[in-house]
Amino acid sequence: MSLVKLTGIHKSYGDNEVLKGIDLKVNEGQVVALIGRSGSGKSTLLRTINGLERINQGSIEVDGACVDPGQSDLRALRLKVGMVFQQFNLFPHLTAGQNVMLAPVVVKKQSKADVRTIAEEALAKVGLADKFDAYPDQLSGGQQQRVAIARSLAMKPRVMLCDEITSALDPELVNEVLAVVRKLAEEGMTLLLVTHEMRFAREVCDTLVFMHKGRIAEQGAPEEVFTKPATPELAQFIGMVTER
Amino acid sequence: MAYSFDFPAVFDYTPVLVDGVVLTAALTVVSTVAGVSIGIAGAAARTSGVKALDTAVGVYVEVIRNTPFLVQLFFIFFGLPTLGIRLPEWQAAVLAMVVNLGAYSTEIIRAGIQATPRGLIEAGESLAMTRAEIFRHIVIKPAMKKIWPALSSQIVIVMLGSSVCSQIAAEELTFAANFIQSRNFRPFEVYFVVTALYLGLAVLLRWLLARFGNLVFARRAARA
Ligand SMILES: Nc1ncnc2c1ncn2[C@@H]1O[C@H](COP(=O)(O)OP(=O)(O)OP(=O)(O)O)[C@@H](O)[C@H]1O
Ligand SMILES: [Mg+2]
Repeated sequence: MSLVKLTGIHKSYGDNEVLKGIDLKVNEGQVVALIGRSGSGKSTLLRTINGLERINQGSIEVDGACVDPGQSDLRALRLKVGMVFQQFNLFPHLTAGQNVMLAPVVVKKQSKADVRTIAEEALAKVGLADKFDAYPDQLSGGQQQRVAIARSLAMKPRVMLCDEITSALDPELVNEVLAVVRKLAEEGMTLLLVTHEMRFAREVCDTLVFMHKGRIAEQGAPEEVFTKPATPELAQFIGMVTER
Repeated sequence: MAYSFDFPAVFDYTPVLVDGVVLTAALTVVSTVAGVSIGIAGAAARTSGVKALDTAVGVYVEVIRNTPFLVQLFFIFFGLPTLGIRLPEWQAAVLAMVVNLGAYSTEIIRAGIQATPRGLIEAGESLAMTRAEIFRHIVIKPAMKKIWPALSSQIVIVMLGSSVCSQIAAEELTFAANFIQSRNFRPFEVYFVVTALYLGLAVLLRWLLARFGNLVFARRAARA
């Protein structure tokens, strides 16, 4: 049984069909990297999976929570799916600890004392136990992104979506964030990552999904996909990213 | 021209002045609390995405912003009794000020809300928060912080504008001034003193609002 099951997803912005029938299954504990050229629809796909974008056709199923164009229990879906954004999107008026505590208290109505413990654990997991009372603008980009990961973790999602979460970081801060993702992967978290860090994708992910013009053009184990691309598009893409 | 100033002639009426200051202050406090509350609700309605709500509040805001305060006051005090709604002077004054500040603060607060980065709202959505929860916990506080200086100025304008309520015999500070000078025939001294009192009130109000803003919107010192 797959944890995430996408069936025939179509998504258009006006006349521009961005997703042209996506089928994808992700098993519990699987770590999937989405790669592909700019504009191929990676972010859009990720955003449909927690209901930030409505789909025109198809269905999304995550651990029993189901969304299609007709019926959408977004709350049920979002309780299963965590998301980390490129721009961190921490709440600027709240401390790191408050950022992490907000949703469990407000959405899950858990007691403040319980949530405090959860938040401390989540921040400790991302190596920021000592930053509980720091405000976002007192943290480096890498630290902010790790708080964002902790914020998502505190909701105990079944799967986490990460959209280029190191792209807004200075190069020297990328590794501390990737290390956290690597740790989550090792602990068995189900992850769906859009990334341009090919070396990381190769090392950490069990599946690479190559998107091209709104379709999944190829998918498979990283070594296989990298060494034996079946389509010219992927071969060209690999050439492009390894040149850099 | 040898005019001999006689300020003691004003201070003979100190109790009247004090009453006037107190009523002006009271009108300001009540209309600020109620007006800003309406402003928050109105701004929430205008940004709710519900077209009917947005339009309804939009009409209210434009009617108030494009008509004179004095006419709004007269409408409430002299017009409404025709419909059987008869309000005492001070209630009519409060109502007019609340309705007026409500409209202006709706627009000011709306601007603050609309400056919320899209990503913060999406972060809230992705955490399964509802629209209302996002508004309450993510949007409104930074928005209020951002527009607090503009809102403070509007509150001072409303406080000063309350002088118009003397026209319906609400016994606020300007009413007190008119009353005193009709007794002692010392308009220069009376209006000089009252001008100074308004100035003092305005400076005090600005200071209080700034303090309040610092208190509410400042962050606790971080442990670092
Ligand atoms: N809100 C939107 N309105 C209209 N068009 C959009 C919107 N968001 C994305 N698109 C279009 O959808 C297409 C896919 O965009 P998407 O952001 O999913 O690509 P991507 O693969 O994530 O690219 P990148 O690597 O640059 O992030 C693009 O052509 C883009 O212009
Ligand atoms: Mg993208």
